[in-house]
Amino acid sequence: MTERTLPSEGWPPAVLDPAGPYSEPVTLLAWVLLAGGTVILAIVLGALWIALRGSPRLKTRLGGEKAIWILGFAFPSVVLTGLLVWGLMLTSSLSAARVPEGAMRVKVIGEMWWWRVHYQDGQGRETLRDANELHIPIGQPVLLELEAADVIHSFWVPRLGGKMDMIPGRTNRLLIEADAPGIYKGQCAEYCGGPHALMGFVVVAHTPADFARWQASRLPSQGAGGEGLALFLSSGCAACHTIRGTPARGLAGPDLTHVGSRRTLGAGILPNNPGTMARWVADSQAIKPANRMPAYHQFSGEELQALTAYLVTLK
Amino acid sequence: MRWETGFDPALYDRFPTRDERPKEEEEELRRIWCKPKGWEYLFAVNNNYIGIYYLGTAFLFFLMAGVLGLLMRAQLAAPMLEILPQGTYNQVFTMHGTVMMFLFAVPAVEAAGVLLLPQMLAARDLPFPRLSAYAFWAYAVGGLCFFASIFVGLAPDGGWFMYPPLTSKAYSPGINTDFWLLGIGFIEISAIAGAIEIIVGVLRTRAPGMRLDRMPIFAWAMLVFAVMIVIAFPSIILGTLLLEIERAFGWPFFDATRGGDPLLWQHLFWFFGHPEVYIIFLPAAGMMSMIVATVAGERLVGYRLIVLAMIATGFISFGVWAHHMFTTGMPPMTTGFFSAASMAVNVPAGIQVFSWIATLAIGKPKFNAPGLFVMGSIVIFVTGGLTGVMVAMVPFDWQAHDSYFIVAHLHYVLIGGMVFPLFAAFYYWIPMVSKRALSERLAKWVFGLMFLGMNVAFLPMHLAGLQGMPRRVYTYLPGQGFELPNLISTVGAFMLGLGVLLFLVDLARNFRLAPGEGNAGNVYGGGTLEWLPSELYSTRSIPVVTSREPLWDDPALAHEVEKGRYFLPRSATGRRETIVTSPLLAEPQYLQIMPGPSPWPFAAAIFTAGFFLALTVQAYMFAWVSGVLAVISVLRWLWETDRPVEIEGVDIGADIRVPTYVTGPASHGWWAMVILLVVMGMIFLMALFSLAFLSSNQPGFWRPPPPLGEAISILGLYAVAIGLALTARACLRRSPFWSVFALLLSAAVSSAALGMDYVSWSSSELGPTASGQGAVVYALLALQACAAAIAILMALYCAARAVRGLVPQPRNNSIDLTMLFLVYTAAQGVTGALVSRLVGAGG
Repeated sequence: MTERTLPSEGWPPAVLDPAGPYSEPVTLLAWVLLAGGTVILAIVLGALWIALRGSPRLKTRLGGEKAIWILGFAFPSVVLTGLLVWGLMLTSSLSAARVPEGAMRVKVIGEMWWWRVHYQDGQGRETLRDANELHIPIGQPVLLELEAADVIHSFWVPRLGGKMDMIPGRTNRLLIEADAPGIYKGQCAEYCGGPHALMGFVVVAHTPADFARWQASRLPSQGAGGEGLALFLSSGCAACHTIRGTPARGLAGPDLTHVGSRRTLGAGILPNNPGTMARWVADSQAIKPANRMPAYHQFSGEELQALTAYLVTLK
Repeated sequence: MRWETGFDPALYDRFPTRDERPKEEEEELRRIWCKPKGWEYLFAVNNNYIGIYYLGTAFLFFLMAGVLGLLMRAQLAAPMLEILPQGTYNQVFTMHGTVMMFLFAVPAVEAAGVLLLPQMLAARDLPFPRLSAYAFWAYAVGGLCFFASIFVGLAPDGGWFMYPPLTSKAYSPGINTDFWLLGIGFIEISAIAGAIEIIVGVLRTRAPGMRLDRMPIFAWAMLVFAVMIVIAFPSIILGTLLLEIERAFGWPFFDATRGGDPLLWQHLFWFFGHPEVYIIFLPAAGMMSMIVATVAGERLVGYRLIVLAMIATGFISFGVWAHHMFTTGMPPMTTGFFSAASMAVNVPAGIQVFSWIATLAIGKPKFNAPGLFVMGSIVIFVTGGLTGVMVAMVPFDWQAHDSYFIVAHLHYVLIGGMVFPLFAAFYYWIPMVSKRALSERLAKWVFGLMFLGMNVAFLPMHLAGLQGMPRRVYTYLPGQGFELPNLISTVGAFMLGLGVLLFLVDLARNFRLAPGEGNAGNVYGGGTLEWLPSELYSTRSIPVVTSREPLWDDPALAHEVEKGRYFLPRSATGRRETIVTSPLLAEPQYLQIMPGPSPWPFAAAIFTAGFFLALTVQAYMFAWVSGVLAVISVLRWLWETDRPVEIEGVDIGADIRVPTYVTGPASHGWWAMVILLVVMGMIFLMALFSLAFLSSNQPGFWRPPPPLGEAISILGLYAVAIGLALTARACLRRSPFWSVFALLLSAAVSSAALGMDYVSWSSSELGPTASGQGAVVYALLALQACAAAIAILMALYCAARAVRGLVPQPRNNSIDLTMLFLVYTAAQGVTGALVSRLVGAGG
């Protein structure tokens, strides 16, 4: 399996640190734009400097309609036309209007404030349900079908590609692909009320062999159950959560069949370990205010421990 | 030069006149345009007062929204802080954007127009002083009530863009959202009132001889600005109306589960929202062009190019709105179009920037306060423009969109393109209205802190965005590299705040309001007419304009004007008046008698605000009482206008005689009505667009409309209504009563046609809550009902005037304007009846 810790990101900036063919050309574009923009800013500053402090000869050349036509009209028109052509070509090559052969398909549904992930086979039939974590094989394009259950969200994994909105009543399509195994942070980019700031997720990219192993491990719960499961079923958790292989079939919240194997809790905001699991169950409202899961202050210490012990076994 | 009105330009040679004007004339002018006392300050309508009130209020909103911005920066200084809790932060960022855009930026430039335009054009006032007063008070009262919602935790929290379904009843059940929809919708109405005023003012009240190509560039900017408002704002007015109706009555315009579409809102919002940016920028650019010339001490290089550039900006800006929607899944062809337009709009901006630089280059630029802000503005604005090119590239926008990169970009554009020019304008024009100029020494500090603070605050945000930090987040998790850029941004924001604070200190020390006389005067040596010696009545006489910088070209002008040796050195009728000139060549056409101070515009504004506020808090009884009182106040204010004239023609100087009353297309009232009808037409057009948009995006929900045949009798009735309205003008020659009878009958027939339309739809079993189609169809009917109700009211008003003998024959403006409105109403009815039956009829 790939490494278990969350990467510490920020440098190089994610957009400038591409990890796949759908982000790399945009990074090149970004560098060209940043560099070109800096040069043009320098030209304008130079012109302003000449206007204020330059020699009379230079000032006269700058101070006429001819200079305006050249610098203000001709120059930007040429540069912008060139950029436009590049932009149009890149837009159509990156857009999901044409889907490459052999793309894996996943439906991702934005919810207030987490993500449903429905894996599909080649025919578009659903094969597996999960939440807040997207597993993909490296070197294979992934076609995401993006939908929204309530309000508008936006799917964004900067190192793998641009963002795409998830709009109620529509299915938008986005292509991503990772070149190397690793964990790629994602985040909702469209303001969706309340704790929009804390609506993250991760994309986990595996080598094909690892990916096959991961797929094979997605079996219904074999967990021991015991007291933890009993508490889960009797305390109302099952009203919202599903654990396949148990009577828990709730659909309102994330599927917890494999919650123990997730990298994060609370949709990409906490590392996943027994301690954070217990904290989340007992009082998720303190961690992610206004999220849809009520706080469970009523559990005693032992109960919380038993429940947590059970949940972390759901690999 | 061809004559526009038949006026002989040789007559201009009679000025300046030689004779000594009697002293009494000046005293009479002072008496007529006297200062208000005590309570009368509330009822003042003169632009010297309204302009200052307006600008002061807009600046107050800038300060308050700025404080909200600082609160946000405090919360984001470090990860997971709890200075502002989530819910509060969401309200604060929504209010920051909303207040800056709607309550500061647009009103501030509109206010600058109200304050400066009559001076620059040498008019005694804007053509509709009471409308200005109404627009100001409505905005001030409505805006302050709206802002107060944040103190009680009821402020909107859906973002300044208010995207449904987040803002629908299901996900935002509180009245917070209603505050936004009703508050902002209402304030837009005041913006439109101001725009009508400005268009008519610029085109019809210029000093004689001030041809369009001699007009100060600021007036050009305000003209383009106002036209853009007239075209863009109806879209947001319709949008807020529809969303409020969806929330209140469940008509599903934006609900995808019931045949609406959330993207419809985005189109309506951004069709307004992006031109809005240029609406804010153009007047500021106009100020820049004025100030640059004075700072350089040279005529503006490329005047014609700048005018063309501004007009081009206006056009192109209506083709860029969907660049806010590149990530909504639009087809590449569509995004390509909007990408191209978004890039093209940079070209006119480039022309303006290099014109300013060229002007500085040929002159001897002074590093005074306005000069510093002008130069700072160029640097900041160009930076924002360059990142603008970046985000106009669709693939880059897929990354940058809704990230902090955009936050950085938009603040560079708006601060560089609007805030810095406005501060330059403050320094430049304050001597026109204050006894003292502001401190040049302190200005260096203000500028330094603001310029440095601005860059320290917003430059790191580009990085945060590229690191993956999304916008509109109340906090962020540690360990993503966001800490440092955010901390630096916060430091910069407080530096910027400190600069503004220092400016306030300067204001407190040096700003002493002196509207009219006793101001510091032309300290920077500007060449345009606002620097003529003036009092509350504006200039003693209205000069003949022969160039763009009359004060530079004719050093004796100020003296001659003050001696009363030009047009209108007195009050010709003993009342407030100004010369109305022709739109192209500014040839004198007639003398407009202007309404003076009145409590009624103030009352109308208070009651209008009360109506909307009461609707928001669901006090329906109070709302209706307030609404009726507002209508009565408006009618009462109008009642005193358009009176029969005692003096038919007057001498406006040098024996040039003009009439004091004109009707038909030459009159300023006719122009205002036509512009109002354009606004209404745009609202209706956007509603028709909504219908077409839903029919192509939600075809599954579409039901066949009633057959077109049912519309034939409706069309027939509307045709009769148009015919009746048109006869009203001719009937007035015979008798006022025949005339108002025709108007009343036309309104009644229009209403009957609307009734038939309604019956035809309601018997088709398509209800307003059934689907998006039903919702829009009934919204069209509701818009038509509004027009019909106003038409009936106007016809009744004319009838009342006829009964009281206030409708003189053979021509009368009240009758004319009601006729225009009735014709429009019927035409709108025809269009609605036809289009609603044609859209989706095939399917």
